[in-house]
Amino acid sequence: MLLDVKHLEVHYRGIAAVKGIDLAVAAGELVCLIGANGAGKTSTLKAICRLIPSQASAMAYAGRDIRRSAVHELPRTGLVMVPEGRGIFAQLTVQENLAMGAYARGGGDPESQYAAFPRLKERRHQIAGTLSGGEQQMLAIARALMGEPKLLLLDEPSMGLAPMMVEKIFEIVRDIAARGVTILLVEQNARLALQAASRGYVMESGSIALAGSARELLDDRRVKEAYLGEARSA
Amino acid sequence: MKQYFNAKGKPWLVWIGFALVGVVLAVLPFALAQVGTSWVRITNYAILYVLLALGLNIVVGFAGLLDLGYIAFYAVGAYTYALLASPHLNIHLPFWVILPIGAGIAALFGALLGAPTLKLRGDYLAIVTLGFGEIVRIFLNNLSQPVNLTNGPQGIARIDPFQLNGFSFGTYEKFIGLEFSGPIKYYYLLLVVALAIILVNVRLQNSRIGRAWEAIREDEIAARSMGINTRNLKLLAFAMGASFGGVAGGMFSAIQGFISPESFVLVESIMVVSMVVLGGMGNIAGVVLGALLLSFVPEILRWTVEPAQRALFGRMLVDPEVIRMLLFGLALVLIMLFRPAGLLPSAVRRRELAERAP
Repeated sequence: MLLDVKHLEVHYRGIAAVKGIDLAVAAGELVCLIGANGAGKTSTLKAICRLIPSQASAMAYAGRDIRRSAVHELPRTGLVMVPEGRGIFAQLTVQENLAMGAYARGGGDPESQYAAFPRLKERRHQIAGTLSGGEQQMLAIARALMGEPKLLLLDEPSMGLAPMMVEKIFEIVRDIAARGVTILLVEQNARLALQAASRGYVMESGSIALAGSARELLDDRRVKEAYLGEARSA
Repeated sequence: MKQYFNAKGKPWLVWIGFALVGVVLAVLPFALAQVGTSWVRITNYAILYVLLALGLNIVVGFAGLLDLGYIAFYAVGAYTYALLASPHLNIHLPFWVILPIGAGIAALFGALLGAPTLKLRGDYLAIVTLGFGEIVRIFLNNLSQPVNLTNGPQGIARIDPFQLNGFSFGTYEKFIGLEFSGPIKYYYLLLVVALAIILVNVRLQNSRIGRAWEAIREDEIAARSMGINTRNLKLLAFAMGASFGGVAGGMFSAIQGFISPESFVLVESIMVVSMVVLGGMGNIAGVVLGALLLSFVPEILRWTVEPAQRALFGRMLVDPEVIRMLLFGLALVLIMLFRPAGLLPSAVRRRELAERAP
Protein backbone atom coordinates (compact mmCIF):
# COMPACT_ATOMS: atom_id res chain seq x y z
CA MET A 1 0.00 0.00 0.00
CA LEU A 2 1.31 3.45 -0.92
CA LEU A 3 -0.90 5.05 1.68
CA ASP A 4 -2.16 3.15 4.68
CA VAL A 5 -4.24 4.86 7.34
CA LYS A 6 -5.59 3.02 10.37
CA HIS A 7 -8.14 4.38 12.83
CA LEU A 8 -7.78 8.03 11.94
CA GLU A 9 -9.50 10.50 14.24
CA VAL A 10 -9.85 14.25 13.84
CA HIS A 11 -11.34 16.46 16.53
CA TYR A 12 -12.21 20.11 16.40
CA ARG A 13 -12.44 21.35 19.98
CA GLY A 14 -13.91 18.10 21.21
CA ILE A 15 -16.24 17.61 18.26
CA ALA A 16 -15.29 14.51 16.33
CA ALA A 17 -15.12 15.20 12.59
CA VAL A 18 -13.48 11.91 11.67
CA LYS A 19 -14.24 8.96 13.93
CA GLY A 20 -11.57 6.34 13.49
CA ILE A 21 -11.56 5.45 9.82
CA ASP A 22 -9.36 3.00 7.93
CA LEU A 23 -8.28 3.94 4.44
CA ALA A 24 -5.72 2.55 2.03
CA VAL A 25 -4.52 3.44 -1.45
CA ALA A 26 -2.32 1.12 -3.50
CA ALA A 27 0.23 2.44 -5.99
CA GLY A 28 -1.36 3.22 -9.34
CA GLU A 29 -4.91 3.38 -8.03
CA LEU A 30 -7.41 6.20 -8.37
CA VAL A 31 -9.43 6.03 -5.19
CA CYS A 32 -12.29 8.38 -4.41
CA LEU A 33 -13.72 9.46 -1.12
CA ILE A 34 -17.31 10.60 -1.52
CA GLY A 35 -19.92 11.82 0.87
CA ALA A 36 -22.17 14.72 1.78
CA ASN A 37 -21.11 18.10 3.04
CA GLY A 38 -19.60 17.84 6.51
CA ALA A 39 -19.07 14.09 6.36
CA GLY A 40 -15.38 14.55 7.17
CA LYS A 41 -13.86 14.09 3.73
CA THR A 42 -11.77 17.24 3.68
CA SER A 43 -10.72 16.74 7.30
CA THR A 44 -9.44 13.30 6.37
CA LEU A 45 -7.42 14.70 3.50
CA LYS A 46 -6.02 17.56 5.56
CA ALA A 47 -5.06 15.12 8.32
CA ILE A 48 -3.18 12.94 5.84
CA CYS A 49 -1.10 15.86 4.60
CA ARG A 50 -0.67 17.02 8.21
CA LEU A 51 -2.36 20.38 7.81
CA ILE A 52 -4.51 19.66 10.86
CA PRO A 53 -3.70 17.68 14.00
CA SER A 54 -5.09 14.16 14.19
CA GLN A 55 -4.69 10.85 15.97
CA ALA A 56 -4.25 7.53 14.21
CA SER A 57 -3.00 4.09 15.18
CA ALA A 58 -1.07 4.09 11.90
CA MET A 59 -0.51 6.50 9.06
CA ALA A 60 2.09 5.32 6.61
CA TYR A 61 3.04 6.72 3.23
CA ALA A 62 5.45 4.72 1.08
CA GLY A 63 6.30 2.62 4.10
CA ARG A 64 7.20 5.47 6.41
CA ASP A 65 5.28 6.76 9.36
CA ILE A 66 4.06 10.29 8.63
CA ARG A 67 2.18 10.88 11.89
CA ARG A 68 4.90 13.25 13.08
CA SER A 69 5.92 14.72 9.72
CA ALA A 70 5.69 18.45 9.10
CA VAL A 71 3.48 19.69 6.27
CA HIS A 72 6.40 20.95 4.24
CA GLU A 73 8.30 17.66 4.42
CA LEU A 74 5.71 15.68 2.51
CA PRO A 75 5.88 17.25 -0.96
CA ARG A 76 9.56 16.32 -1.18
CA THR A 77 8.61 12.68 -0.68
CA GLY A 78 6.04 12.84 -3.48
CA LEU A 79 2.89 13.36 -1.39
CA VAL A 80 1.31 16.47 -2.89
CA MET A 81 -2.07 18.00 -2.17
CA VAL A 82 -4.24 20.28 -4.26
CA PRO A 83 -5.96 22.22 -1.51
CA GLU A 84 -9.66 22.90 -1.28
CA GLY A 85 -10.47 26.23 -2.87
CA ARG A 86 -7.37 25.71 -5.04
CA GLY A 87 -4.96 27.86 -3.00
CA ILE A 88 -3.26 29.38 -6.00
CA PHE A 89 -1.02 32.42 -5.56
CA ALA A 90 -3.51 34.92 -6.90
CA GLN A 91 -1.09 37.80 -7.49
CA LEU A 92 1.58 35.76 -9.25
CA THR A 93 1.50 34.83 -12.91
CA VAL A 94 0.55 31.38 -14.14
CA GLN A 95 4.18 30.63 -14.87
CA GLU A 96 5.33 31.83 -11.43
CA ASN A 97 2.69 29.66 -9.80
CA LEU A 98 3.89 26.63 -11.73
CA ALA A 99 7.52 27.34 -10.83
CA MET A 100 6.52 27.45 -7.17
CA GLY A 101 5.07 23.95 -7.50
CA ALA A 102 8.55 22.58 -8.09
CA TYR A 103 9.95 24.26 -4.97
CA ALA A 104 10.17 21.07 -2.94
CA ARG A 105 12.31 19.29 -5.51
CA GLY A 106 14.56 22.29 -6.05
CA GLY A 107 12.97 23.83 -9.11
CA GLY A 108 11.64 22.70 -12.47
CA ASP A 109 10.61 23.95 -15.87
CA PRO A 110 6.94 25.04 -16.17
CA GLU A 111 7.24 24.13 -19.87
CA SER A 112 6.76 20.50 -18.85
CA GLN A 113 3.10 21.13 -17.97
CA TYR A 114 2.09 23.11 -21.02
CA ALA A 115 1.67 20.08 -23.29
CA ALA A 116 -1.09 18.74 -21.05
CA PHE A 117 -2.52 22.18 -20.26
CA PRO A 118 -2.53 24.23 -23.50
CA ARG A 119 -4.93 26.70 -21.86
CA LEU A 120 -2.32 27.54 -19.23
CA LYS A 121 0.32 27.99 -21.90
CA GLU A 122 -1.84 30.63 -23.58
CA ARG A 123 -2.17 32.44 -20.26
CA ARG A 124 1.30 31.85 -18.91
CA HIS A 125 1.97 35.53 -18.22
CA GLN A 126 -1.49 36.30 -16.92
CA ILE A 127 -2.06 36.95 -13.21
CA ALA A 128 -3.47 33.75 -11.74
CA GLY A 129 -6.24 35.57 -9.87
CA THR A 130 -7.75 36.76 -13.16
CA LEU A 131 -8.23 33.22 -14.51
CA SER A 132 -11.67 31.63 -14.58
CA GLY A 133 -12.52 29.16 -11.84
CA GLY A 134 -11.87 26.18 -14.08
CA GLU A 135 -8.56 27.56 -15.27
CA GLN A 136 -7.56 28.19 -11.67
CA GLN A 137 -8.35 24.57 -10.83
CA MET A 138 -6.27 23.45 -13.82
CA LEU A 139 -3.46 25.66 -12.58
CA ALA A 140 -3.71 24.22 -9.08
CA ILE A 141 -3.49 20.69 -10.49
CA ALA A 142 -0.67 21.55 -12.90
CA ARG A 143 1.22 23.24 -10.07
CA ALA A 144 0.88 20.10 -7.96
CA LEU A 145 2.15 18.01 -10.89
CA MET A 146 5.23 20.25 -11.03
CA GLY A 147 6.20 18.58 -7.76
CA GLU A 148 6.23 15.19 -9.58
CA PRO A 149 3.88 13.55 -7.10
CA LYS A 150 3.69 9.84 -6.44
CA LEU A 151 0.45 10.34 -4.57
CA LEU A 152 -1.77 13.25 -5.48
CA LEU A 153 -4.48 14.33 -3.05
CA LEU A 154 -7.28 16.23 -4.76
CA ASP A 155 -9.81 18.11 -2.67
CA GLU A 156 -13.10 18.79 -4.46
CA PRO A 157 -11.67 19.74 -7.84
CA SER A 158 -15.18 20.22 -9.27
CA MET A 159 -16.31 22.66 -6.59
CA GLY A 160 -17.97 25.77 -7.97
CA LEU A 161 -17.30 24.97 -11.61
CA ALA A 162 -19.65 25.01 -14.60
CA PRO A 163 -20.75 21.50 -15.73
CA MET A 164 -18.64 21.71 -18.90
CA MET A 165 -15.59 22.60 -16.84
CA VAL A 166 -16.29 19.79 -14.38
CA GLU A 167 -16.19 17.30 -17.25
CA LYS A 168 -12.92 18.82 -18.44
CA ILE A 169 -11.34 18.62 -14.98
CA PHE A 170 -12.33 14.98 -14.60
CA GLU A 171 -10.85 14.25 -18.00
CA ILE A 172 -7.60 15.75 -16.72
CA VAL A 173 -7.76 13.71 -13.51
CA ARG A 174 -8.24 10.50 -15.51
CA ASP A 175 -5.30 11.44 -17.76
CA ILE A 176 -3.05 11.98 -14.76
CA ALA A 177 -4.08 8.60 -13.33
CA ALA A 178 -3.40 6.99 -16.72
CA ARG A 179 0.12 8.38 -16.55
CA GLY A 180 0.68 6.30 -13.44
CA VAL A 181 0.16 8.87 -10.70
CA THR A 182 -1.71 7.48 -7.72
CA ILE A 183 -4.66 9.68 -6.80
CA LEU A 184 -6.88 10.04 -3.75
CA LEU A 185 -9.83 12.13 -4.83
CA VAL A 186 -12.30 13.75 -2.46
CA GLU A 187 -15.47 14.70 -4.28
CA GLN A 188 -19.08 15.60 -3.73
CA ASN A 189 -19.95 14.78 -7.31
CA ALA A 190 -20.26 11.07 -6.56
CA ARG A 191 -21.22 9.92 -10.02
CA LEU A 192 -18.27 11.47 -11.83
CA ALA A 193 -15.88 10.47 -9.09
CA LEU A 194 -17.00 6.81 -9.12
CA GLN A 195 -16.91 6.72 -12.90
CA ALA A 196 -13.28 7.85 -12.87
CA ALA A 197 -12.10 5.84 -9.87
CA SER A 198 -11.27 2.20 -9.51
CA ARG A 199 -12.25 2.07 -5.85
CA GLY A 200 -14.25 4.25 -3.54
CA TYR A 201 -15.10 5.01 0.05
CA VAL A 202 -18.36 6.56 1.16
CA MET A 203 -18.14 8.75 4.26
CA GLU A 204 -21.08 9.54 6.47
CA SER A 205 -20.80 11.76 9.56
CA GLY A 206 -17.17 10.96 10.22
CA SER A 207 -17.19 7.25 9.50
CA ILE A 208 -16.77 5.07 6.43
CA ALA A 209 -20.26 3.84 5.61
CA LEU A 210 -19.37 1.83 2.53
CA ALA A 211 -16.25 0.78 0.70
CA GLY A 212 -15.67 -1.23 -2.43
CA SER A 213 -14.91 -1.14 -6.11
CA ALA A 214 -16.30 1.80 -7.99
CA ARG A 215 -18.52 -0.48 -10.04
CA GLU A 216 -20.11 -2.02 -6.96
CA LEU A 217 -20.69 1.36 -5.39
CA LEU A 218 -22.27 2.76 -8.56
CA ASP A 219 -24.70 -0.18 -8.49
CA ASP A 220 -25.31 -0.04 -4.78
CA ARG A 221 -28.87 0.82 -3.89
CA ARG A 222 -27.94 3.05 -0.94
CA VAL A 223 -25.39 4.97 -2.96
CA LYS A 224 -27.86 5.42 -5.77
CA GLU A 225 -30.48 6.83 -3.43
CA ALA A 226 -28.27 9.03 -1.33
CA TYR A 227 -25.61 10.26 -3.73
CA LEU A 228 -26.58 9.62 -7.31
CA GLY A 229 -30.03 11.12 -7.03
CA GLU A 230 -31.75 8.10 -8.53
CA ALA A 231 -35.28 7.46 -7.40
CA ARG A 232 -36.01 4.30 -5.48
CA SER A 233 -36.96 1.69 -8.05
CA ALA A 234 -40.47 0.45 -7.46
CA MET B 1 12.63 47.85 -12.70
CA LYS B 2 12.39 47.17 -16.43
CA GLN B 3 9.51 49.57 -16.84
CA TYR B 4 11.54 52.46 -15.45
CA PHE B 5 14.82 51.88 -17.17
CA ASN B 6 13.98 50.52 -20.55
CA ALA B 7 17.37 50.39 -22.17
CA LYS B 8 16.91 47.09 -23.92
CA GLY B 9 19.51 46.53 -26.61
CA LYS B 10 21.53 49.52 -25.40
CA PRO B 11 23.67 48.14 -22.60
CA TRP B 12 26.20 50.95 -23.00
CA LEU B 13 23.45 53.39 -22.00
CA VAL B 14 23.03 51.55 -18.73
CA TRP B 15 26.76 51.64 -18.07
CA ILE B 16 26.97 55.35 -18.83
CA GLY B 17 24.06 55.82 -16.43
CA PHE B 18 25.84 53.84 -13.72
CA ALA B 19 29.05 55.80 -14.31
CA LEU B 20 27.20 59.12 -14.04
CA VAL B 21 25.48 58.09 -10.81
CA GLY B 22 28.85 56.94 -9.51
CA VAL B 23 30.51 60.26 -10.26
CA VAL B 24 27.65 62.19 -8.66
CA LEU B 25 27.79 60.04 -5.53
CA ALA B 26 31.57 60.43 -5.36
CA VAL B 27 31.65 64.23 -5.52
CA LEU B 28 28.38 64.76 -3.62
CA PRO B 29 29.89 65.21 -0.12
CA PHE B 30 32.30 67.90 -1.34
CA ALA B 31 29.48 69.75 -3.06
CA LEU B 32 27.37 69.47 0.09
CA ALA B 33 30.28 70.61 2.27
CA GLN B 34 30.24 73.88 0.31
CA VAL B 35 26.66 74.46 1.50
CA GLY B 36 27.49 73.37 5.03
CA THR B 37 28.96 70.38 6.84
CA SER B 38 25.57 69.79 8.44
CA TRP B 39 24.28 68.71 5.02
CA VAL B 40 26.91 65.99 4.85
CA ARG B 41 25.69 64.82 8.25
CA ILE B 42 22.09 64.90 7.07
CA THR B 43 23.09 62.83 4.05
CA ASN B 44 24.79 60.33 6.31
CA TYR B 45 21.66 59.96 8.41
CA ALA B 46 19.66 59.57 5.20
CA ILE B 47 21.92 56.68 4.19
CA LEU B 48 21.47 55.12 7.64
CA TYR B 49 17.72 55.28 7.03
CA VAL B 50 18.27 53.64 3.64
CA LEU B 51 19.98 50.75 5.44
CA LEU B 52 17.12 50.51 7.93
CA ALA B 53 14.45 50.70 5.26
CA LEU B 54 16.16 47.98 3.21
CA GLY B 55 16.34 45.78 6.30
CA LEU B 56 12.70 46.31 7.13
CA ASN B 57 11.80 45.73 3.49
CA ILE B 58 12.93 42.13 3.88
CA VAL B 59 10.44 41.60 6.69
CA VAL B 60 7.56 43.74 5.42
CA GLY B 61 8.10 43.86 1.67
CA PHE B 62 9.40 40.39 0.93
CA ALA B 63 7.85 38.20 3.62
CA GLY B 64 4.76 40.34 4.24
CA LEU B 65 5.17 40.51 8.03
CA LEU B 66 4.25 43.93 9.39
CA ASP B 67 6.87 44.91 11.98
CA LEU B 68 6.22 48.11 13.95
CA GLY B 69 9.10 47.59 16.37
CA TYR B 70 11.92 47.48 13.89
CA ILE B 71 13.88 50.27 15.56
CA ALA B 72 14.59 47.84 18.44
CA PHE B 73 17.15 46.06 16.25
CA TYR B 74 18.76 49.38 15.41
CA ALA B 75 18.98 49.96 19.17
CA VAL B 76 20.47 46.52 19.77
CA GLY B 77 23.15 47.16 17.14
CA ALA B 78 23.85 50.64 18.48
CA TYR B 79 24.16 49.53 22.11
CA THR B 80 26.29 46.54 21.15
CA TYR B 81 28.73 48.90 19.48
CA ALA B 82 28.57 51.43 22.31
CA LEU B 83 29.24 48.83 25.00
CA LEU B 84 32.15 47.23 23.16
CA ALA B 85 33.82 50.46 22.05
CA SER B 86 33.58 53.07 24.78
CA PRO B 87 34.98 53.93 28.21
CA HIS B 88 31.65 52.86 29.74
CA LEU B 89 32.73 49.22 30.22
CA ASN B 90 36.26 50.16 29.25
CA ILE B 91 36.24 47.81 26.28
CA HIS B 92 37.62 49.06 22.97
CA LEU B 93 37.25 46.46 20.25
CA PRO B 94 37.81 47.40 16.58
CA PHE B 95 34.68 48.13 14.55
CA TRP B 96 35.16 45.28 12.12
CA VAL B 97 34.87 42.89 15.07
CA ILE B 98 31.88 44.61 16.65
CA LEU B 99 29.73 45.14 13.57
CA PRO B 100 29.38 41.40 12.85
CA ILE B 101 28.72 40.78 16.55
CA GLY B 102 26.08 43.51 16.53
CA ALA B 103 24.49 42.05 13.40
CA GLY B 104 24.49 38.62 15.04
CA ILE B 105 22.94 39.81 18.29
CA ALA B 106 20.32 41.79 16.38
CA ALA B 107 19.55 38.67 14.31
CA LEU B 108 19.14 36.74 17.55
CA PHE B 109 16.68 39.35 18.78
CA GLY B 110 14.92 39.13 15.43
CA ALA B 111 14.45 35.39 15.84
CA LEU B 112 13.42 36.00 19.45
CA LEU B 113 10.65 38.28 18.24
CA GLY B 114 9.78 35.98 15.35
CA ALA B 115 9.43 32.75 17.31
CA PRO B 116 6.40 33.64 19.46
CA THR B 117 4.69 35.52 16.64
CA LEU B 118 4.82 32.82 13.96
CA LYS B 119 1.06 32.30 14.00
CA LEU B 120 0.20 35.99 13.98
CA ARG B 121 -0.46 38.06 10.90
CA GLY B 122 -1.40 41.58 9.95
CA ASP B 123 -2.79 43.77 12.73
CA TYR B 124 -2.08 41.26 15.49
CA LEU B 125 1.54 40.89 14.49
CA ALA B 126 1.83 44.67 14.26
CA ILE B 127 0.69 45.08 17.87
CA VAL B 128 3.09 42.46 19.22
CA THR B 129 6.05 43.90 17.32
CA LEU B 130 5.12 47.37 18.50
CA GLY B 131 5.18 46.12 22.08
CA PHE B 132 8.51 44.42 21.48
CA GLY B 133 10.07 47.65 20.27
CA GLU B 134 8.87 49.43 23.40
CA ILE B 135 10.10 46.64 25.68
CA VAL B 136 13.61 46.94 24.26
CA ARG B 137 13.61 50.70 24.68
CA ILE B 138 12.31 50.48 28.28
CA PHE B 139 14.95 47.88 29.10
CA LEU B 140 17.65 50.19 27.77
CA ASN B 141 16.24 52.94 29.93
CA ASN B 142 16.30 50.82 33.08
CA LEU B 143 19.29 48.51 32.75
CA SER B 144 21.42 50.83 34.83
CA GLN B 145 20.57 48.87 37.97
CA PRO B 146 21.56 46.62 39.67
CA VAL B 147 24.46 46.39 37.22
CA ASN B 148 25.02 49.51 35.20
CA LEU B 149 24.91 48.06 31.70
CA THR B 150 23.25 50.77 29.60
CA ASN B 151 23.68 53.81 31.85
CA GLY B 152 19.90 54.35 31.67
CA PRO B 153 18.45 57.54 30.22
CA GLN B 154 21.82 59.34 30.37
CA GLY B 155 23.00 57.09 27.58
CA ILE B 156 26.52 56.15 26.65
CA ALA B 157 28.98 58.85 25.62
CA ARG B 158 32.47 59.05 24.14
CA ILE B 159 31.90 56.09 21.84
CA ASP B 160 34.93 55.29 19.67
CA PRO B 161 34.80 56.30 16.02
CA PHE B 162 35.68 53.68 13.42
CA GLN B 163 39.42 53.17 13.30
CA LEU B 164 41.50 51.06 10.97
CA ASN B 165 45.30 50.84 11.28
CA GLY B 166 45.60 54.29 12.74
CA PHE B 167 43.20 55.74 10.18
CA SER B 168 40.32 57.29 12.10
CA PHE B 169 36.95 58.03 10.51
CA GLY B 170 36.29 60.63 13.14
CA THR B 171 39.00 63.19 12.43
CA TYR B 172 39.69 65.85 9.86
CA GLU B 173 42.36 65.11 7.29
CA LYS B 174 43.82 66.62 4.17
CA PHE B 175 44.44 64.13 1.40
CA ILE B 176 45.58 64.80 -2.19
CA GLY B 177 44.56 68.41 -1.82
CA LEU B 178 41.00 67.54 -0.72
CA GLU B 179 39.62 68.22 2.70
CA PHE B 180 38.17 65.11 4.30
CA SER B 181 36.15 65.90 7.39
CA GLY B 182 34.87 63.11 9.64
CA PRO B 183 31.37 63.11 8.13
CA ILE B 184 32.79 62.90 4.61
CA LYS B 185 34.80 59.81 5.50
CA TYR B 186 31.76 58.20 7.06
CA TYR B 187 29.78 59.11 3.96
CA TYR B 188 31.98 56.93 1.79
CA LEU B 189 31.89 54.09 4.26
CA LEU B 190 28.09 54.31 4.51
CA LEU B 191 27.84 54.40 0.74
CA VAL B 192 29.85 51.19 0.42
CA VAL B 193 27.75 49.46 3.09
CA ALA B 194 24.54 50.70 1.47
CA LEU B 195 25.61 49.40 -1.95
CA ALA B 196 26.54 46.05 -0.41
CA ILE B 197 23.17 45.78 1.32
CA ILE B 198 21.34 46.75 -1.87
CA LEU B 199 23.24 44.01 -3.67
CA VAL B 200 22.28 41.47 -0.99
CA ASN B 201 18.65 42.57 -1.29
CA VAL B 202 18.62 42.21 -5.07
CA ARG B 203 20.19 38.76 -4.87
CA LEU B 204 17.77 37.71 -2.14
CA GLN B 205 14.71 38.82 -4.07
CA ASN B 206 15.53 36.62 -7.05
CA SER B 207 16.67 33.68 -4.97
CA ARG B 208 14.89 30.54 -3.88
CA ILE B 209 14.46 32.16 -0.46
CA GLY B 210 12.99 35.29 -2.02
CA ARG B 211 10.45 33.28 -3.97
CA ALA B 212 9.51 31.29 -0.90
CA TRP B 213 8.89 34.56 0.99
CA GLU B 214 6.72 35.71 -1.87
CA ALA B 215 4.68 32.52 -1.62
CA ILE B 216 4.31 32.91 2.15
CA ARG B 217 3.10 36.48 1.72
CA GLU B 218 0.55 35.35 -0.86
CA ASP B 219 -0.91 32.28 0.84
CA GLU B 220 0.74 30.61 3.76
CA ILE B 221 -1.15 27.32 3.62
CA ALA B 222 -0.52 26.93 -0.09
CA ALA B 223 3.14 27.77 0.54
CA ARG B 224 3.38 24.97 3.09
CA SER B 225 1.69 22.58 0.68
CA MET B 226 4.41 23.44 -1.84
CA GLY B 227 6.99 22.18 0.62
CA ILE B 228 8.06 25.55 1.98
CA ASN B 229 9.15 25.47 5.61
CA THR B 230 7.20 28.57 6.55
CA ARG B 231 8.39 28.62 10.16
CA ASN B 232 12.10 28.69 9.30
CA LEU B 233 11.66 31.12 6.44
CA LYS B 234 9.68 33.57 8.55
CA LEU B 235 12.31 33.39 11.28
CA LEU B 236 14.97 33.91 8.63
CA ALA B 237 13.18 37.02 7.38
CA PHE B 238 13.01 38.44 10.90
CA ALA B 239 16.63 37.58 11.64
CA MET B 240 17.96 38.86 8.35
CA GLY B 241 16.03 42.11 8.48
CA ALA B 242 17.14 42.58 12.09
CA SER B 243 20.81 42.00 11.26
CA PHE B 244 20.73 44.86 8.73
CA GLY B 245 19.21 47.03 11.43
CA GLY B 246 22.01 45.94 13.76
CA VAL B 247 24.72 46.98 11.29
CA ALA B 248 23.03 50.35 10.77
CA GLY B 249 22.78 50.77 14.55
CA GLY B 250 26.49 50.12 15.03
CA MET B 251 27.37 52.75 12.44
CA PHE B 252 24.94 55.20 13.98
CA SER B 253 26.62 54.69 17.34
CA ALA B 254 30.08 55.40 15.96
CA ILE B 255 29.00 58.41 13.90
CA GLN B 256 27.11 60.00 16.79
CA GLY B 257 29.65 59.18 19.47
CA PHE B 258 26.76 59.26 21.92
CA ILE B 259 23.55 57.23 22.18
CA SER B 260 20.62 57.12 24.55
CA PRO B 261 17.28 55.32 24.53
CA GLU B 262 15.68 58.49 23.20
CA SER B 263 17.03 57.74 19.73
CA PHE B 264 14.98 54.55 19.53
CA VAL B 265 11.42 55.66 20.15
CA LEU B 266 8.29 54.39 18.45
CA VAL B 267 8.18 57.33 16.02
CA GLU B 268 11.45 56.09 14.54
CA SER B 269 9.90 52.68 13.83
CA ILE B 270 6.92 54.34 12.24
CA MET B 271 9.24 56.51 10.16
CA VAL B 272 11.03 53.46 8.75
CA VAL B 273 7.73 51.71 8.00
CA SER B 274 6.56 54.89 6.25
CA MET B 275 9.70 54.90 4.12
CA VAL B 276 9.10 51.34 3.01
CA VAL B 277 5.39 51.82 2.33
CA LEU B 278 5.70 55.21 0.69
CA GLY B 279 8.61 54.18 -1.50
CA GLY B 280 6.98 50.95 -2.62
CA MET B 281 6.94 47.81 -0.47
CA GLY B 282 9.01 45.03 -1.95
CA ASN B 283 10.67 47.21 -4.58
CA ILE B 284 14.28 47.92 -3.67
CA ALA B 285 14.61 51.09 -5.76
CA GLY B 286 11.34 52.35 -4.30
CA VAL B 287 12.41 51.68 -0.72
CA VAL B 288 15.70 53.53 -1.26
CA LEU B 289 13.81 56.47 -2.77
CA GLY B 290 11.32 56.46 0.10
CA ALA B 291 14.09 56.52 2.70
CA LEU B 292 15.93 59.37 0.96
CA LEU B 293 12.77 61.44 0.51
CA LEU B 294 11.54 61.06 4.06
CA SER B 295 15.01 61.91 5.37
CA PHE B 296 15.63 64.97 3.21
CA VAL B 297 12.19 66.55 2.91
CA PRO B 298 11.87 67.42 6.62
CA GLU B 299 15.39 68.90 6.55
CA ILE B 300 14.73 70.92 3.42
CA LEU B 301 11.52 72.17 5.02
CA ARG B 302 13.49 73.09 8.13
CA TRP B 303 15.63 75.45 6.01
CA THR B 304 12.89 76.83 3.80
CA VAL B 305 9.85 77.31 6.02
CA GLU B 306 11.30 80.23 7.96
CA PRO B 307 12.64 82.28 5.00
CA ALA B 308 9.45 81.53 3.07
CA GLN B 309 7.31 82.97 5.88
CA ARG B 310 9.47 86.05 6.15
CA ALA B 311 9.28 86.59 2.39
CA LEU B 312 5.51 86.11 2.28
CA PHE B 313 4.35 87.84 5.45
CA GLY B 314 7.37 89.83 6.48
CA ARG B 315 7.53 88.06 9.85
CA MET B 316 7.34 84.62 11.46
CA LEU B 317 3.73 83.50 11.89
CA VAL B 318 4.06 79.85 12.81
CA ASP B 319 6.92 78.10 14.53
CA PRO B 320 8.91 76.37 11.75
CA GLU B 321 9.06 73.15 13.74
CA VAL B 322 5.24 72.94 13.82
CA ILE B 323 4.62 73.81 10.20
CA ARG B 324 7.42 71.54 9.07
CA MET B 325 5.79 68.42 10.51
CA LEU B 326 2.41 69.63 9.29
CA LEU B 327 3.65 69.90 5.70
CA PHE B 328 5.46 66.63 6.05
CA GLY B 329 2.31 64.85 7.20
CA LEU B 330 0.34 66.44 4.40
CA ALA B 331 2.90 65.22 1.87
CA LEU B 332 2.57 61.67 3.22
CA VAL B 333 -1.22 61.79 3.00
CA LEU B 334 -1.12 63.11 -0.56
CA ILE B 335 1.37 60.54 -1.76
CA MET B 336 -0.61 57.67 -0.26
CA LEU B 337 -3.83 59.04 -1.80
CA PHE B 338 -2.42 59.38 -5.28
CA ARG B 339 0.08 56.54 -5.29
CA PRO B 340 -1.31 53.97 -2.83
CA ALA B 341 1.16 51.29 -3.87
CA GLY B 342 4.09 53.63 -3.23
CA LEU B 343 6.17 55.84 -5.47
CA LEU B 344 7.85 52.92 -7.21
CA PRO B 345 5.60 49.97 -6.50
CA SER B 346 6.72 46.38 -6.93
CA ALA B 347 4.93 44.53 -9.71
CA VAL B 348 3.05 42.29 -7.31
CA ARG B 349 1.92 45.11 -5.01
CA ARG B 350 0.61 47.02 -8.00
CA ARG B 351 -1.47 44.01 -9.00
CA GLU B 352 -2.85 43.58 -5.50
CA LEU B 353 -4.07 47.15 -5.35
CA ALA B 354 -5.36 47.14 -8.90
CA GLU B 355 -7.48 44.14 -8.06
CA ARG B 356 -8.99 45.72 -4.97
CA ALA B 357 -9.88 48.94 -6.78
CA PRO B 358 -13.53 49.15 -7.84
